[in-house]
Amino acid sequence: MTEKVGVYICHCGTNIAGPVDVEEVARWAKENLDGVVLARDYRFMCSSLGQELIQEDIKNEGLTRVVVAACSPHLHEKTFRTACSKIGLNPYLTQMASIREQVSWVTEDRAAATHKAKMMVAGAVRRVQLQEELQPTEVPVNPNTLVVGGGIAGIQAALELADAGHKVFMVEREPSIGGHMAQFDKTFPTLDCAACILTPKMSDVGLHENIELLSYAEVDSLSGFVGNFDVRVRKKARYIDEDACTGCGICIEKCPKKVVDEVFEAGLGYRKAVYRPFPQAIPKFPVIDRDTCIYFERGTCKACEKFCPTEAIDFEQTDTYLDLNVGNVIMATGYDLFDCGKIPQYGYGRLANVFTSLEFERLCNAAGPTEGHILLRDGVTEPKSVGIIHCVGSRDKQHHAYCSAVCCMSALKFGHLVMEKTGAEVYSFYIDMRPLHKNYEEFYDRLLQEGMHFIRGRVAEVTDAARLPGEDGKLIIQAEDTLIGKQRRIPVDMVILLGALQPRFDAKETGLKFGVSAGLDGWFTERHPKLDPVATMTDGVFIAGTCQGPKDIPDSVAQGAAAAARVQGMISKGTVLIEPIVATIEEARCSGCRICNTLCPFNAIEYLEDKAVSYINPALCKGCGTCVAACPAQAISGAHFTNDQIFAEMEGLLYDVIGSNGATVKSPQPALEPA
Amino acid sequence: MSESAFEPKIVGFLCNWCSYRAADLAGTARMKYEPNIRIIRVMCSGRVDPTFVLKALSLGADGVMLAGCHPGECHYIEQNYKTIRRFKMLKHTLRALGIEEERVRLQWASAGEGALLASAINEMVDQVRELGPLHWPGNWADNEGSQDAIQALPREHAEAMEVPA
Repeated sequence: MTEKVGVYICHCGTNIAGPVDVEEVARWAKENLDGVVLARDYRFMCSSLGQELIQEDIKNEGLTRVVVAACSPHLHEKTFRTACSKIGLNPYLTQMASIREQVSWVTEDRAAATHKAKMMVAGAVRRVQLQEELQPTEVPVNPNTLVVGGGIAGIQAALELADAGHKVFMVEREPSIGGHMAQFDKTFPTLDCAACILTPKMSDVGLHENIELLSYAEVDSLSGFVGNFDVRVRKKARYIDEDACTGCGICIEKCPKKVVDEVFEAGLGYRKAVYRPFPQAIPKFPVIDRDTCIYFERGTCKACEKFCPTEAIDFEQTDTYLDLNVGNVIMATGYDLFDCGKIPQYGYGRLANVFTSLEFERLCNAAGPTEGHILLRDGVTEPKSVGIIHCVGSRDKQHHAYCSAVCCMSALKFGHLVMEKTGAEVYSFYIDMRPLHKNYEEFYDRLLQEGMHFIRGRVAEVTDAARLPGEDGKLIIQAEDTLIGKQRRIPVDMVILLGALQPRFDAKETGLKFGVSAGLDGWFTERHPKLDPVATMTDGVFIAGTCQGPKDIPDSVAQGAAAAARVQGMISKGTVLIEPIVATIEEARCSGCRICNTLCPFNAIEYLEDKAVSYINPALCKGCGTCVAACPAQAISGAHFTNDQIFAEMEGLLYDVIGSNGATVKSPQPALEPA
Repeated sequence: MSESAFEPKIVGFLCNWCSYRAADLAGTARMKYEPNIRIIRVMCSGRVDPTFVLKALSLGADGVMLAGCHPGECHYIEQNYKTIRRFKMLKHTLRALGIEEERVRLQWASAGEGALLASAINEMVDQVRELGPLHWPGNWADNEGSQDAIQALPREHAEAMEVPA
């Protein structure tokens, strides 16, 4: 062997040195392993003195490879790579053996631990000698950013970036931005009105010179890679010429067709066939709903066209496609509300006065269908008592196991609003109260003071079958009060179901489109649950807001800002380094069978017709190695994880069977080395 | 661990994102498990070419564990599904070679499932200990005529498949 390997065994205080005889491992490595020119043990390899030790040896002893047997590479691989590269050794010529996480912390027997540590060092020493110098590639970052979703998280992200002077394209599926927050009445725990704090931000987006707002539009496809994405956006036909429309609203006034507004008013109110979801909508242009418009149905009407003062109505409009080039993508696609009808014993859809939380928000909202009066479904009667049921579809193994995070606070807010507006008695049925954030517990205390009733127990049933005096004409909530250990029947006039937050119905396709994976519950997966909460496994694609998991407005805003900060970091750096751990195809060996082509979920592999071989785009390749394993001609090799490197590691790990020179040790059943 | 008792050697291929992190977690949480497993880190369970497993067994390992993210949670979106398919083929091949199925194991372990991984390792070590050594290198590589035996495998296999008239 021509390589000079230095082996460093870390004591990690007593974490490793306690259960593993580190001096013995070092001595053994030096004496038995080919290529090892020196082996040292040291108290803390990750300390600056430990790193200097390696650097000195590279300088003085001419080491060409470094093996550090210490903690998991997830902890300190970067540390040692950097230390080596500072002294001029390519960082990919180092290898770690995880003898803390995989040996000293998990093995009881000292002899067995020491033996296993030796084998792992042998594996690393064998492997490191076959490792190759690798260089990350540098590509420029396009300073434009795509924000998908115009809810509060997307708005925050777009404004942060635009204010910093960067161009943002915001794509919103609905006719207006604003998201769920625009539907809410008040926000907890401060009770400031949602519209009052949201609409200024919305109009900032609409007016911002750096933001191009593409509402009533969806992302059709995304290709490319970090710094250089190609996006195709489908702008759905509005049947309104945005250049001519002044947003005066005469078309809406004159439209003869009234339909139930299932989206913004949650089915409680009406809108016209040509409509703006709400008066403060951004952009101000209305949309003609093709499915309900009389002209599209019967071929006559065009009332809106007749009255439009600027001739902005255009029934001939078709969907248009826009091609954009952006460097980064922020996904803020939000959530859907759980379909409360899936829990039939709560009566939603069957018992008139059972409402969902979103319906109640609209009832409460001064701009809503009842102008802010809390009324029963008949539209005239004020409730005298209201039951609020938490965790409908959340913390329920039959639906969603997770906690929806916002419902407890919504319940408190609803309780306050009901008592303030109607003076009704309010009963809250909860499993656990979870007012987790700043000033939330205080709000809970306030509601306790205000006289809201709290009953701890999951509701069994909501029924209109009266059994006891005083129950006639009421909805009866049957629940066990677990704090007093009794069954209770509470008759109320109105029931509010706090439905779970759940992933968007099309989250799966969206995830595939953007190369973002989702957990079993359907929320998009962040790169690291604690330390990298807005990045995803696809470089240059970030997630913010509730598409990542249930959260309230402050958290969504924080994530939107965080994602924007990450993008700004990329933009101000100007270039991005792409990990060199990618697969490459050796053209001479490739037969063009195309087996690998369909294996890649990142579309990194393309077939070159002219050469009749496949080609891997290194900027798109994530380095998983699945194609490497699949190639029947072994034409594909995965950098830093080549077959030879993995075989070498395997041979080292089985040193006690096959010995140092690769020849199998004669004994078919070698005993473990005695301590 | 007495010296005379058979202690199996298991090679583990763990994916970088879920299972290797599960091993990290098992360590951080000081969960004790059998020292018989020696782990190789790969970026994805999809990187594991079935021949790696055969190679490990032929080098003297008594068992091989593949571990990756749960289906649907792969960091590379869907590559572990390819592992599932290959694993089925691998088992088929091992059967043809007369190698017990319990010597290979496909284990899903998310980054939070250190305890699951540790107990899977213990379970597998027990199983393989029960089976005894594989003796692949001893029986084949070292003994006279072992190469002939390997060469003869496809023919024997074909003969075994033939239906007598």
